[in-house]
Amino acid sequence: MKGSPVPTGEGSPGASVATSTSPGLRAPTRRGTELVMLSFAAGLVTLALILVELNQERSLSLRILYLGLAYLGLFACAHLAVRRWAPYADPAILPCVALLNGLGLVVIHRIDLAMEGTVFLDGSVWDPVAFKQVIWTAIGLLLFAATLKFLPDHRMLARFGYTFGLVGLVALLLPGVLPGFIAPTINGAKIWLRIGPLSIQPGEFAKILLMVFFAAFLVSKRDLFTVAGRRFLGMDLPRARDLGPLFAAWGVTVAVMVLQKDLGSSLLFFGIVLVLLYIATERAAWVVLGLGLFSGGAVIAWKLFTHVQQRVSNWQDPIARYEVIGGGYQISQSLFGLATGGIGGAGLGAGRPEMIPEANTDFITAVIGEELGFVGFAALLLIYMVFALRGLRSAIAVRDSFGKLLGGGLAFAVCFQVFIVVGGVTKLIPMTGITAPFLSYGGSSLLANYILVALLLRISAAARSPQRAPKPKPQQPAIADQHTVMVERPK
Amino acid sequence: MQLTRAGFLVLLWLFVLAALRVVRSDLYAASGLRASGLPGFRRSEKPARGSKAPRQLVVTHGALTGTRISLDGRPILIGRADDSTLVLDDDFASTRHARLSMRGTDWYVEDLGSTNGTYLDRDKVTAPLRVPLGTPIRIGKTVIELRS
Repeated sequence: MKGSPVPTGEGSPGASVATSTSPGLRAPTRRGTELVMLSFAAGLVTLALILVELNQERSLSLRILYLGLAYLGLFACAHLAVRRWAPYADPAILPCVALLNGLGLVVIHRIDLAMEGTVFLDGSVWDPVAFKQVIWTAIGLLLFAATLKFLPDHRMLARFGYTFGLVGLVALLLPGVLPGFIAPTINGAKIWLRIGPLSIQPGEFAKILLMVFFAAFLVSKRDLFTVAGRRFLGMDLPRARDLGPLFAAWGVTVAVMVLQKDLGSSLLFFGIVLVLLYIATERAAWVVLGLGLFSGGAVIAWKLFTHVQQRVSNWQDPIARYEVIGGGYQISQSLFGLATGGIGGAGLGAGRPEMIPEANTDFITAVIGEELGFVGFAALLLIYMVFALRGLRSAIAVRDSFGKLLGGGLAFAVCFQVFIVVGGVTKLIPMTGITAPFLSYGGSSLLANYILVALLLRISAAARSPQRAPKPKPQQPAIADQHTVMVERPK
Repeated sequence: MQLTRAGFLVLLWLFVLAALRVVRSDLYAASGLRASGLPGFRRSEKPARGSKAPRQLVVTHGALTGTRISLDGRPILIGRADDSTLVLDDDFASTRHARLSMRGTDWYVEDLGSTNGTYLDRDKVTAPLRVPLGTPIRIGKTVIELRS
């Protein structure tokens, strides 16, 4: 602040104050920090790959280094995109994502090695998926860059709130109502759409679309929700007629649970709606009401549906139901894996992920817990935490309410998804089958999450960029003096 | 083998610490709105702490509660317009509602012809009024005050 006096913009309209002063006044973009952290992440990922290959006693070659460099190159492109289109974006978010995604790729490759040549009961042979996931990562980063380029201001999204809401709702419910040949039931859940050779999970994208809708909706209607109704137990309960959106969200959640048998998504979706309502109104009453509704719905679902009962009894005692079909086998194996890992882990590539079912999707965190142990797993969760922390921080710092709600919702969604997955794998809550963001194998999940990261970076860029200086006006005498001073008409 | 295993975990934690270090500088900054909140500038501002000069504007009520803006001598525009310093999202605020500007060492608030008026404590702002530290300024549903 010292040195260079701040020009008042006197006489020179159009000269922006922020750009004309010394660089000391400009907020640092910290893009350099981001690049260094990205290199660190790429280095760690390469090291992880080397360890896997060593532990699997495969020959090491320069190829691995090339792979590592290619990975760095991929993220360097994303970094350049950020530098070009969102120069003030948060420097910690992208490196965290790079590391999570890279470790996910290494672990997926490691599971491919373990499962190589495995023949399943129906005669099919294990299909290596690591390479596919690399392609998905590349496409994801392309989408990431495209989102940054074509969305120069996150507030543009608010205008299409209702459209997004409709599209999101359709996408969320579509697989549940379409016939089986387009929307097959895989592993008991009807959440995929099959178009030609591609299977996509529209629910992953619906998550973001619906968040945009809810943020836009709540910003325009927020005042309605803060009108207090009756007081009860020290809380201001909302009026009954304002409960509409909450009941709507609850209905959609139940529909997803019934039509698609997808407990994870319905829990995630309802959680996001509740948190957005809470951020918008700052009223605990909404959360209490929502949790009440959810527990009511969960109890009814548990009474009515066998697949819910199964999940709950598997959670209560997985070992007792070890040999029941659809029983506690999966969770038991995951718990055995975590126990084998212990504090320090078995070492990357030295565990036995082939013992864990669905190792590269729902249970990938169990594989990581086995090979990296408690210490490594905790580090991984902390990386998620840093990601969410930066997201929430940007949401606090951004100046418009829509950005605040959307940013808070996006950051919370990732956090909550990790909680649902890790909680399920470690038997804290019933296993619900949902992907771990950035880690699990799955194209839709990865693409949707990269769009989510782009949106968060866009919001953080809006929060951190130095604001435009107000347009300099022709200097007037101080207004208090105006009555006593003759003012010449400007020529 | 044990060495590489431990080594990788150590590096993983180093990454976490590095990431936390990157974010640490922002944790103490007021809100990332202004460069003056960044650590490099912190030191030079320290001596000013003893005096009673207002150093930041804090929103105490309304949708933006908790927002802080560091004061650096430039005028602060408040209103619904996008280029305001504090963008209010409030049906009771006007597009250009009020301005805070510094003269000498004091901050003055003036109403820019808003529909619903600006209030300094209990008084309607008709001419520029000096804003003492900690006195609430009410604009629509938002209340702001200056703090040192």
